[in-house]
Amino acid sequence: MVEGYNGLLTATVFLPAAGALVLLLLVKGDKNVRNFAVLIGLADLVLSLAVFALFDRSAGADRFQFVDRFAWIPDSGLNAAFLLTVDGLSAPLVALTGLLGMCAILASWHVGLRVKEFFVWLLVLQTAVMGVFTAMDLLLFFLFWELELVPMFMLISVWGSGRKEYSAMKFLIFTILGSAFMLVAIVAVYLTPGVGTFNMVELSTKATILTSAGLLIPLPGLFWLFFAGFAIKLPTWPVHTWLPDAHTDAPTAASVMLAGVLLKMGGYGLLRINVGMFPTQTDRFAWVLVALGVVSVLYGAVITMRQTDLKRLIAYSSVSHMGLVLVGIGSVGISQGALTVTGLSGAAMQLFTHGTITGLLFLAVGLVYEKTHTRYIPDLGGLAGRMPVVAVAMLIAGLASLGLPGLSGFVSELLVFLGAYQAYDWPTALAVLGIVLAAGYILWMMERTFFGVRRERFADLTDASLVEAAPLALMVVTIIGIGIWPSLLTDVFDSGLAPMVDVLNGVINR
Amino acid sequence: MVSQAVIWSIFLLPLGSFALIALVIRPFFNRYSLIAGYATIAALGTALGFSIWTLRSVAQGHDLRFVPLEWLEVGSATIDMGLLVDPLTAVMLVVVTSVSLLVQIYSLGYMKGDPSFARYYAYMSLFTAAMLGLVLASNIIQLYVFWELVGVSSYLLIGFWHERPSAAAAAKKAFIITRIGDVGFLIAILYLFTQADNFAAAGLNAFHIPDIWQAAQPEAAAGALLGGAVLTWLALGIFAGAVGKSGQFPLHAWLPDAMEGPTPVSALIHAATMVAAGVFLVARFFPVFQHSIDAMTVVALVGAFTAIFAASMGLVMNDIKRVMAYSTISQLGYMMAALGLGLYAPAIFHLVTHAAFKALLFMGAGSVNHATGTFDMRYMGGLRKHMPVTYVLVLVAGLSLVGIIPLAGFWSKDEILLGAWDGTGLVDTWVNKITFAALIAGVVATAFYTIRMIIMTFHGEFRGGIEKELEDKGETAPAGASHDAHGGVHLGESPFSMVLPMAVLGIAAVVLGYLGNPQWDEEIGIPKHWITGFLGDGLGKALGQAGHVATLEFSWPMAAVSTAAALSGIGLALFVYLRRRDQAVDPLEQAGRLHTLAAQKYYIDTLYEDVAVRKSFFRIIAGTLDWVDRNLVDGTVDLIGWFFRNIGTALGKFQTGQVQAYATGITFGILAIILALLLA
Repeated sequence: MVEGYNGLLTATVFLPAAGALVLLLLVKGDKNVRNFAVLIGLADLVLSLAVFALFDRSAGADRFQFVDRFAWIPDSGLNAAFLLTVDGLSAPLVALTGLLGMCAILASWHVGLRVKEFFVWLLVLQTAVMGVFTAMDLLLFFLFWELELVPMFMLISVWGSGRKEYSAMKFLIFTILGSAFMLVAIVAVYLTPGVGTFNMVELSTKATILTSAGLLIPLPGLFWLFFAGFAIKLPTWPVHTWLPDAHTDAPTAASVMLAGVLLKMGGYGLLRINVGMFPTQTDRFAWVLVALGVVSVLYGAVITMRQTDLKRLIAYSSVSHMGLVLVGIGSVGISQGALTVTGLSGAAMQLFTHGTITGLLFLAVGLVYEKTHTRYIPDLGGLAGRMPVVAVAMLIAGLASLGLPGLSGFVSELLVFLGAYQAYDWPTALAVLGIVLAAGYILWMMERTFFGVRRERFADLTDASLVEAAPLALMVVTIIGIGIWPSLLTDVFDSGLAPMVDVLNGVINR
Repeated sequence: MVSQAVIWSIFLLPLGSFALIALVIRPFFNRYSLIAGYATIAALGTALGFSIWTLRSVAQGHDLRFVPLEWLEVGSATIDMGLLVDPLTAVMLVVVTSVSLLVQIYSLGYMKGDPSFARYYAYMSLFTAAMLGLVLASNIIQLYVFWELVGVSSYLLIGFWHERPSAAAAAKKAFIITRIGDVGFLIAILYLFTQADNFAAAGLNAFHIPDIWQAAQPEAAAGALLGGAVLTWLALGIFAGAVGKSGQFPLHAWLPDAMEGPTPVSALIHAATMVAAGVFLVARFFPVFQHSIDAMTVVALVGAFTAIFAASMGLVMNDIKRVMAYSTISQLGYMMAALGLGLYAPAIFHLVTHAAFKALLFMGAGSVNHATGTFDMRYMGGLRKHMPVTYVLVLVAGLSLVGIIPLAGFWSKDEILLGAWDGTGLVDTWVNKITFAALIAGVVATAFYTIRMIIMTFHGEFRGGIEKELEDKGETAPAGASHDAHGGVHLGESPFSMVLPMAVLGIAAVVLGYLGNPQWDEEIGIPKHWITGFLGDGLGKALGQAGHVATLEFSWPMAAVSTAAALSGIGLALFVYLRRRDQAVDPLEQAGRLHTLAAQKYYIDTLYEDVAVRKSFFRIIAGTLDWVDRNLVDGTVDLIGWFFRNIGTALGKFQTGQVQAYATGITFGILAIILALLLA
């Protein structure tokens, strides 16, 4: 039983929200608002990196660390607790949220409209996402999950561009639909006789707690209800169409957070709840996940080719890359030999690496848009000579995205492929074709946007300033660092995933 | 004996110069700064010294096995980074570092004043480091890592002048086409991992290259973990990667376009890095290939076909670099064919000699360009008077390529022809025969295009260079910002920094055949058939055989046949080109459709780019899916949204507020329920 009160996670999760409150009430003047937001972002980055760095990854360490727990709504008879804790699966994602939160704040330096509100929403968003990754009580998890919708909706619909209201609403409706499925499943789990708890630690460590006996909804039903909620968020084909719209119309910071961490909530949910709490069902339906994953990889990549809007292009590439998360999870369907952590670790790594890579892509595209006032690819070209720093950042992110060794994307893709090929060889081989398509759309995009003859009308473009270059540098360092030294992350992820694999190996009957 | 640290630093030195230039010199010094060049040259010079040391150590038979470093361990996948130092590695190390060093010295002159001088040397350092990492890799995933890094470095260098649209397009094309081959390579790796448990049971690691060799041996103690059809597919997967990198048919289309990079880059790509990687890969996994007759047959036939197919296109190209590009593809075909027939050592010997004369030929092309501003041979001519040193060196390299005794190219090609004729028993006899015929025909074509190139470039009258070319095209300024053009025509010899490395390679193109020591015994310093014996013994040792393997004996009849083939090609070219009246017109154009077919590269580029990619894939497949996505998938979403928006309006109509209407509704509703219950 995880007990105690450490405080670190509470601070990490709620610091941005507290900062937002102070910002709202006390800070005046756009300049002060920005500086204060950066300060909060930086402090939270330090806290989140502390969570990652201090996480004890040695062999005999507790699985769940930094526990913050107290009874919540004590007199209601509702057996819900305030429970924040991280394991090896969530600790890196907390760090990712801190990193991207910082980048998002820096990328919003030039926001001029309703500055204070903008940063308030951005900080609230960060609290919500941090909460999702650390809450280990289903009710609390769900609250954070829903909390994230409000700031994102506001960021897109107020500070966005294009059909921003339509896109914000579409994002909202899709996610709420998914949440509805999830809520039904959560309530059904709680009300099942003999369960009566929201405690995710118990639900996932005692795999026998959810057996088919006495369930209000049959196990496959629960599995698919949760899956629906997470698949929409991931997103997977065919429920992905909210993503390109939301991305395209969102301001840079929202795109960075959306692609960088919000999508990861879907992948995290799949690993934590679907794999963690429903091992038998994951094994049973692994082929469906792989099928959906392969379709997403290829379909997403092919459609990416057709995009002429830089942000839309990256959004569709995210559909393709998030498909790999499903393929990696599908490694559970192995038919002979013991399951190892390889494929699941690849899926988890893909969450992190895609977060950093897409974050960097959106940061760079944001700069291109800010300076050229267009994202329409045929209008661009020859930018590398004018803005070499942005071009280099974009190239590194692009190469990482197409899985170049030495950069972070390669490690996660390789692990996904290695793990999944053992279980489903031909489908995985099809997914491998995605690396050719990725090379195609990334390099073609680079060619049309950054290479080629210099255009006259971009003659007075300036390169990224120091403030603009800072988040680019942060992401580049992370991408190269993970690419060269992946075990920094994999060791932590594995310590969280290994217990799940043990449970899976215990229940899978071959 | 050479230490582990020394071997690692062969790879780390150029990597270090890359980091130094990228992180320090480029940001904090003048970007024209020569320091970048000197740093790279110093790093590679040291690396060359270490490589020679390593080669010496290997030749003396030292045991150079080291414990690898663990890079990543996830679940059952353990990925190491280690050193695999055998004769093949040692020879490749020397080839890569020496050619790269000479290219870097040459670049000091060639790239002087380029606004991106520092960036150029950063990429060149990375390129060389990646190739060295590939050659040293002891783990198949480690090899794949550097394999991809070689690919991306070539992408960066081919697209070095990124403001030229053709360069950006060529870079992209090179990366994508080679990546198609890489899919096969990657799937081969994935397959190996499925066997990880079986490997482990035999005490082997599925990613460790010597362990893979051992698992492929039918008579091995491990019990042939890989055998039968599986072995063939595994070999073909690896071969797919090699086909892409080494520009073999049908993935050859990227290599001629790669000319868009600076000429010294071409010299490096065509000689020692990138394209050599494919041949190296097949050689590296030769112990796997040789147990599959089917795979060997495929390798041999693809190589043989590529050898004549590419040569035929080389016959009609007017761009001097393109002639050489097709020549490279063709010569790589010789190497692949040799490997497919089981001629492991001759293939690598040919790689070595080819590296010398092909690097020289490209440097010669760069030197000629330095003087004339163009690469189009129709606007050259008569250059031997203006640049005699370049002329002599290109002539030597050209004749070495043709295979004229006693130049280097003769000896290595002769070994391949001899082996193809004799057969090694690893493939069926008909494969030997077809391959031999193709390679002999290739010798004639090689001689023809080489002499044609030399005559068009150096003989006759000068035809105006870039100025005339632009005049004919009706342009006034060079297309693109920074063409290779060094500011118009100034006929004369190139600077010393360019001529010196060419001279060194010229000597190598003459004397490298000595490494094969065909006839004499010990008295000339090295044993008979030293290099083939050295490489062959290395392979034998990998397979657990002791003692020396047999090497091919020099044969006068075969030398006579290949010389006759070469001379007939030379004679034909002299006959056609020395007698022509109008030097601006290529006599081969009289061949009409046949000429057009070859000049249009058999329409393969059209087929790939236009029919396959643009029309079939982009317009039809991607277009359809895109339409489906926008209209069906997203349309359904909007339809559902529309439905729920309007259902409210529709239902609202029933809420009239009139109690009578509600009462009627309720009454009929209850009646309906009762009815339903009665009927049930």
